[in-house]
Amino acid sequence: MSLKHIDLLICCGSGCISAGALKIKERFHEVLKEHSATNEVNIIETGCMGPCDYGPVMVVYPEGIFYKKVTPDDVEEIVTEHFIKGRPVTRLMLQEDDKTFSAQKDVPFYQKQIKVALENCGYINPESLEEYIATGGYEALGKVLIEMKPQDVINEIKASGLRGRGGGGFPTHIKWQMVHDKKDDEKYVICNGDEGDPGAFMDRSILEGDPHRILEGMMIAAYAMGASMGFFYIRAEYPLAIKRIKTAISQAKELGLMGDNIFDTDFCFDAEVRTGAGAFVCGEETALIHSIEGERGNPTPKPPYPAVKGLWGKPTVVNNVETFGNIPTIFLKGAKWFASMGTEKSPGTKVFALTGDIRNTGLVEVPMGTTLRELIFDVGGGMIGDHKFKAVQLGGPSGGCLTVEHLDTGVDYESLKERGSMMGSGGVIVMNEEKCMVNVARFFMEFCVEESCGKCSPCRIGLKQMLTVLDRITNGHGREGDIEELQRLGESISKLSLCGLGQTAPNPVLSTIRYFRDEYEAHIRDRSCATKVCNDLMHYDIDKDRCIGCSLCARNCPVDCISGSREEKYTIHQVDCIKCGNCFDVCPVKAIDKLPGMHPDVVAHRSELSKAVNQYEDL
Amino acid sequence: MYKEICVKYAPNKDNLIHILHEIQDTHPQHYISADAVKEISEYLKLPENHIYGVLTFYSMYSTTPRGKNIIRLCESPPCYIKGSYNILRKLKTLLGVGVGETTKDGVFTLELCACLGVCGNAPVMMINDDVYGDLSEEKVEDIIEKIRGRN
Amino acid sequence: MKTLADLKKIREKAQEDLKLRGGNVRIKIVVGMGTSGIAMGAREVMKTFLEEIAARNLSDVLVTQTGEKGLSSMEPVVDLIEEGKPKVTYGNMNPDKVKKVVVEHIVNGRVVSDYVVATGD
Repeated sequence: MSLKHIDLLICCGSGCISAGALKIKERFHEVLKEHSATNEVNIIETGCMGPCDYGPVMVVYPEGIFYKKVTPDDVEEIVTEHFIKGRPVTRLMLQEDDKTFSAQKDVPFYQKQIKVALENCGYINPESLEEYIATGGYEALGKVLIEMKPQDVINEIKASGLRGRGGGGFPTHIKWQMVHDKKDDEKYVICNGDEGDPGAFMDRSILEGDPHRILEGMMIAAYAMGASMGFFYIRAEYPLAIKRIKTAISQAKELGLMGDNIFDTDFCFDAEVRTGAGAFVCGEETALIHSIEGERGNPTPKPPYPAVKGLWGKPTVVNNVETFGNIPTIFLKGAKWFASMGTEKSPGTKVFALTGDIRNTGLVEVPMGTTLRELIFDVGGGMIGDHKFKAVQLGGPSGGCLTVEHLDTGVDYESLKERGSMMGSGGVIVMNEEKCMVNVARFFMEFCVEESCGKCSPCRIGLKQMLTVLDRITNGHGREGDIEELQRLGESISKLSLCGLGQTAPNPVLSTIRYFRDEYEAHIRDRSCATKVCNDLMHYDIDKDRCIGCSLCARNCPVDCISGSREEKYTIHQVDCIKCGNCFDVCPVKAIDKLPGMHPDVVAHRSELSKAVNQYEDL
Repeated sequence: MYKEICVKYAPNKDNLIHILHEIQDTHPQHYISADAVKEISEYLKLPENHIYGVLTFYSMYSTTPRGKNIIRLCESPPCYIKGSYNILRKLKTLLGVGVGETTKDGVFTLELCACLGVCGNAPVMMINDDVYGDLSEEKVEDIIEKIRGRN
Repeated sequence: MKTLADLKKIREKAQEDLKLRGGNVRIKIVVGMGTSGIAMGAREVMKTFLEEIAARNLSDVLVTQTGEKGLSSMEPVVDLIEEGKPKVTYGNMNPDKVKKVVVEHIVNGRVVSDYVVATGD
């Protein structure tokens, strides 16, 4: 007999766990015990609910009350007031513009979202197969195995128009058809969970929040192309995702949903988990295959495509996690339903990870074609503080940035590509006016240089050259012609590199040059970084009128480059300054200014130095 | 001693990554020694140079001894935008070591790593298997203090 | 598990456990749990509802709670909300009355008019 009348869903996605969700869960157990109410509440750990910035978050059913930023100290009040007396705690609800949003469904963050791949994330217990089945899980698999021929399955995916969600947007049915048409005794299906794009965490969240969905999607794919073995390749940085998918596999086997003669048909299937070990390039499908084989994760030229010659030389399909996540729903609700969402060429929905200087960071799913404005300002809640939107980087280090003028662009594969950006895996990094675009581009380039596997020279040497030029621009040694040099290098690297990493790595630089050329020019010609981010292109200065001569700045300077007295006030010796910012932080009267541009003393000093070098070389 | 770990896996080349992970995770100094490579080489019948090739390709493996607790600060752009450089500076002063170095007492190794996928709570770092998000300089001080107390 | 029927069986049982999260609910029982309601025994009333419903295996009935309902003189107050019908509010409830409401109203569909203090919104 059950007295449970409350379901408490605590988000235990990695974001909320990092904010302390597990401690809160423990506290709930304690407090419920103290009040002898343990038998009245189900405490359920779910996957990511999406709004990571509000974390730790939770939802209380049956009312569907949404609480945010809960701390262990709040637990007592939630239990005594809400659970025992039925009075939800208003102060923990979302409050915006004098409005309180009590129910999860009313929270603006969820308003424009349509969840397909994320349908169960944050709603069910990811470690319970029963809960997945309760939401219609494995029904699609049963239907497919019992009622459909493999070719019918592929046709249905073709009709849905589903395209790969990992970045390229390659039509899923073509990959499947290629493997289906190959006659071979062994074929493999691989789930690409090597989500390396900085700023993307949708695959992790789906694997953690709804692992059975991915397994079901993979099995439908395997049936369609005649594979009986699957691999989940998941990066080692995601221990929880690895654990959850392993649990899902063993649960499915126990119930007979995996193994031999599934649903009493001829279809047999087994799957294993393989992990990466920290290599971005392994997200590229040929590199990933080599990594599973126990090799260095170097990519190899295509063709042959994995569909022809993949894992251990056998026909192989590599699909992204989110792609698999869409498949069960397509068979439950029909290809037509799926194709009715999104745009003509990019049907369905897409999961995006909102990060950066945006109010509601987190995971969202919207129909393709939703404009950037809706995504950033309606779902994402706009910019933090009074800051202005400056640019958004889509597609991680392979993508490009877009600016204010593109806010009304619909987000789909083609529209983004036309504007020099790309969908990528769906990372959306939003930046405010305080960010230096040259510095951001340099940062992405540094990432790609480190992650280049070194196999082909355009990527290994070319990217390093681009980084050298960017380094020189950001540290005040930029030369006329550097912008053109970057463009020339970028275009050749894109054309000549072996795999996607090198082919797309110049994108952030090329797109920032395209939209923020004036910033590059100011860095080179005026030796000035308007946002005061590039250390060499800004300086600190003490305003003698405001300075009270307290000497605090001089005492805190690590390089002793500030001198003066109470009467004369203090001065920074610009040539020696390392721009640590200590003086700026400690000044009690805010007499120190942070100014754009290299100080004239430093400019003069540098030209002296280079003269000396030239003289030496002339000797 | 490494043999016990090896035999848990079938002697196939594709288990190399699994074996390397387990050997590194179970070693008190979190690294893969030359002896370990030798034993793996015998078990999988692979030349040592192949194993070193793989070992040095992936950034998570180490061929030198490391501290008890491995701090891995995320160095990707979303964390950078949210000020991970300040966190790095703080960690360096707190621990008195640079990136890739281990504290004298052997308690901490400081490393940088690729995206941890917790970008909604940037900046983040991972200490062993635990992720800490929304870091501030004060929070970092607290976390390090607590772990120091445990060792 | 071999057939879609087997899967359906598991699903139906599992959906029962997910009921609180908005599944297939025919009748919702809302117990007023304000300070006065609790003082007058609302927790006992809710417990009895839960026990009776569990004992009779009524899978499509949901028990939930709310705060003060503004009918202090008639606490404990309980609303029965059935889709497509006007809301029925019972007042001055106690465990015995609850048992009767469960049998009469919830199982047999007959409103126990003696305990009704209000109907409709």
